[in-house]
Order: sequence, then C-alpha cells, then structure tokens
Amino acid sequence: MIAQLRRVERSFANGVKALGPLDLEIVGGEFLSLLGPSGCGKSTALRIIAELLVPTGGELIWPEGKPRIGFVFQDPTLMPWAIVRDNVRLPLDLEGVPRAEANARAESALARVGLTGFSAAFPRVLSGGMRMRVSIARALVARPRLLLMDEPFAALDEISRDALNEDLLRLWREDGLTIVFVTHSVYESTFLSTRILTLTPRPGRIASEIRPAAPQARNSEWRLTSEFAESARQVSLSLRNAMAKAA
Amino acid sequence: MNSASRILRALLPLALGIAVLLAWEAAVAAYDIPRFVLPAPSAIWLALVSDFPSLMASLWTTLRITLLAFMLAVASGVALAVLFSQSRMVEMALYPYAVVLQVTPVVAIAPLIIIWVGFERINLALLILAWLVAFFPILSNTTLGLRSADHNLIDLFRLHGASNWQILRRLRLPSALPYLLNGMKTAGGLALIGTVVAEYGAGSGTATGLAWRIIEAGNRLQIANMFAALFLLALLGVTIFFALALLEYLVLRHWHESAVAKDI
Repeated sequence: MIAQLRRVERSFANGVKALGPLDLEIVGGEFLSLLGPSGCGKSTALRIIAELLVPTGGELIWPEGKPRIGFVFQDPTLMPWAIVRDNVRLPLDLEGVPRAEANARAESALARVGLTGFSAAFPRVLSGGMRMRVSIARALVARPRLLLMDEPFAALDEISRDALNEDLLRLWREDGLTIVFVTHSVYESTFLSTRILTLTPRPGRIASEIRPAAPQARNSEWRLTSEFAESARQVSLSLRNAMAKAA
Repeated sequence: MNSASRILRALLPLALGIAVLLAWEAAVAAYDIPRFVLPAPSAIWLALVSDFPSLMASLWTTLRITLLAFMLAVASGVALAVLFSQSRMVEMALYPYAVVLQVTPVVAIAPLIIIWVGFERINLALLILAWLVAFFPILSNTTLGLRSADHNLIDLFRLHGASNWQILRRLRLPSALPYLLNGMKTAGGLALIGTVVAEYGAGSGTATGLAWRIIEAGNRLQIANMFAALFLLALLGVTIFFALALLEYLVLRHWHESAVAKDI
C-alpha cells in the first residue's frame, strides 16, 4: 500500500464541510479513479494526498515512506514565458539536477509523450492537447512513483482526449506508476481504471467501489466492445446511486 | 494588419499634423496675429534653430533627472513590491504611506523638499520630487503582478520542494514582468512630468531644465522660444513612451498576449 487516508475531512473557513470523512487506501501499481459530480471534493482529496492542503480532520499515512509525487492539473499550468523544454525541466531544476542531465531527461520525457521536435517552442503555439502532453511530460520527468491527475483531459476535445487516454495507459504500464485520477466522466474512468471510487455530492464520501472488467492491455478497440458498454453502465448506475444516497 | 493599413496608420497623423501647421501658418499671416500671442510655426522653428545649443543643454538637464528618477523608481518600486510579496505584515504597515506619497500633489511638497535639500543642490531636490511621482505605478503594478502568479504553479513549485527564493525568482518575478513593464510606461511619463513640475516649483534661476526655459521665455514674452521648449518637452515625453513600449514588446513578444498580437 502506498498511502492511506483515515477519516480525512476538509471544511471551508465558514465551517461548511467539503470532504469526508474519507477512508481510502491507495495500492501500488493501481489506476484509481475518483468519480463524482462537480464540487464533491475530488480535487480536494487529491490535494490532500499531494500535501498541498492540510486536512481539517483525520490523517494521511505513507506506510512505505512518502513516494516521489507527480501532479497534473486540470489546466496545463505551464509557464508561458518558458519554452517547452524549460517547462518540462522545472521539477529537475528545483531539485538541483545538473543542466545537461535535466535537458536530456526533459527531451526524453517529451519524446515519450509524442512531442519530439517541440522542445524549443513556446506553449502559446501549441494546441490544448499538446500543452497537456507537456504537462504530463513535466510530471513524469522527475520519475514519480505516484501520479496525481486532477481532471486533466476535461477541457479537451474527444479525439485528443481518447488519444491521451491511450498514451496515459501506455505510460502507466511502462513506468509501473500508481495513478490517482480525478474525473467526472463515466466513460473515461471505465476505460482507464483498475478501480473506481464513486463519491457523493458535497461533502464527498465514498459511495461505491467498482473494478471494471478491463483487459490489462486495453486500447481503443475495447471502447467499441459490449463489455466496455456493460462496464460503463455499471459505473453509471453506481454514480446514480451515489447521487440518490446523498439526496 | 496589412502593409497598406500600416502605411496609412503612419501617414494619417503625419498628414493631419502638416495640415494643421499649414493652416496655423496661414491663419497667423492672414489675421496678423502678434508674435507674443501666437507665433507662426516658422517663427517657432527659427527660435528652435537659433536657440538650439542652450535648448539642448536644458533638454539634457531635464532628461538626466527624468532618467535617474525613473531608474530609481523602478529599483525602489520593485524592491518594495518584492518585500511586500514576502511579508504581508510589511505590506500592511507600509502601503498606506506609499499611497499618501502618491496622492499628495508634487507641487504642494516641492517647496518643502527644495528647502530641506537646499537650493545649492537643486538637482537632487528635483530628483527626489520626480522619483516621488514615478515610484507609485511601479510599486502598485509590480505588487499586483507578483500576486498574480498562477496558484497551481505555486503549488507545483511547493510540491517539488521549491524555496521561497526559487518561487520568487522563477515564478513570481516572470509573472510580474508584464505588469512591471506596463507600470514603467506610466512611470516614464510621470518621471518627466515630475521633473518639469519640480523645476516650476524651484522657479527661475536655480534649475536649468526645459521648464526653466519656458518660464524664462514667458517672462520675456518670447512666445516662440516658449513653444520651442514645449515642443522639445513633448518630443521627449513621446520618445520615452515609445522607447518603453518598444522594450515591453521586445521582452514579451514571444509569450505574452499583449505583445504577441502585434506579430500577426
């Protein structure tokens, strides 16, 4: 187990509870999706795991020590004044990795997300999908064990989104990553995840756990199968039940 | 913008200016307007040519104080804004006094500063007064810019263990750059205005900048010389503005929307 959240809660300054209590275990190597409606506290949970937010109740435990973490935001969150390579290199620069090594690793990370040849470009000339690829390369360049992703593809068109979903699965398998993926898309979570936790509307609590019957080496063909449709139907039903529970 | 509309954009104000000058010249001749009321553009040109060396000396005096005040304003404004960004307590303590300095008219405090500094060091007094006027836009714009850094990026920096210094140098300062450059455009003009107003405050016989030329020419009813000095002042102001606009464009042209649009 990589991380454990025990009775984790987070309240706003006005006392309104945004999240929890949440009990959650993150297992090494899994692709875990947190699925729920907007405002249910999914992103809050992710930020608590990243230790960017302090829970107002409960505790976060790292049984095997805190792993190296990568984070991908909903927006690409790039530095517009820096070229693509310098954006990707950022985590390495902050850790004091020598420039030549950092450049080589940044170029390699860019190649892995299909952006060879774009390292000297400024972010403004890239499409939305390409910017998100830069953001993923930046998260991977520091070789994280745990990758946290906060609705990274929500703003993309369907074609870019499907392509990035497949690339993400490839990177997950190649690097043996553990991924916690926040989304409000039933189809995306069904396609990507080994485990899905549906959350209730605010305050977000776990309503159900689903393990989609996805093949290990799934690709876009699997999206067209009746098994995928059935898995998505189950996830959708669970989400509907989660909403009904809250109501 | 295509090349035809670019040429039109440059030629149109020029053509209008020439038309106004011609109409002005003709009106002065037609209505026999006395030189001490409104000199013809040709008379102003002659005054400019005949008085050129001393006008240039005055221009240099005004320009030197303006540039020094501007650079001081940039250095001190950025330094204080950085201090504000690092400590909310310092900002809360000092910001109201910065506002007091900003809202107090420079004309009102000029006599006091001149007395304190002394007429024998009048250029230093002018420098202080011009700095006071130019300082605030730099401070307020840079403070806003430093605060406008993307919060997700700040989180990302923290996630990777960045120090406050790294966040400042690598994130907050580049984020503040468009705001600072915009503040510099305002401050450049204000530094000139501050210098001229301070020269007026100092009065004739002490300061020797362009404002002094205007006062002196006015006292002698040499209105053409007055216009010549005014023309140089306007030229100086426009040059400062365009130089700073060019700097802004050169620095931001690769990445900031305000400058990128000019590339298209």
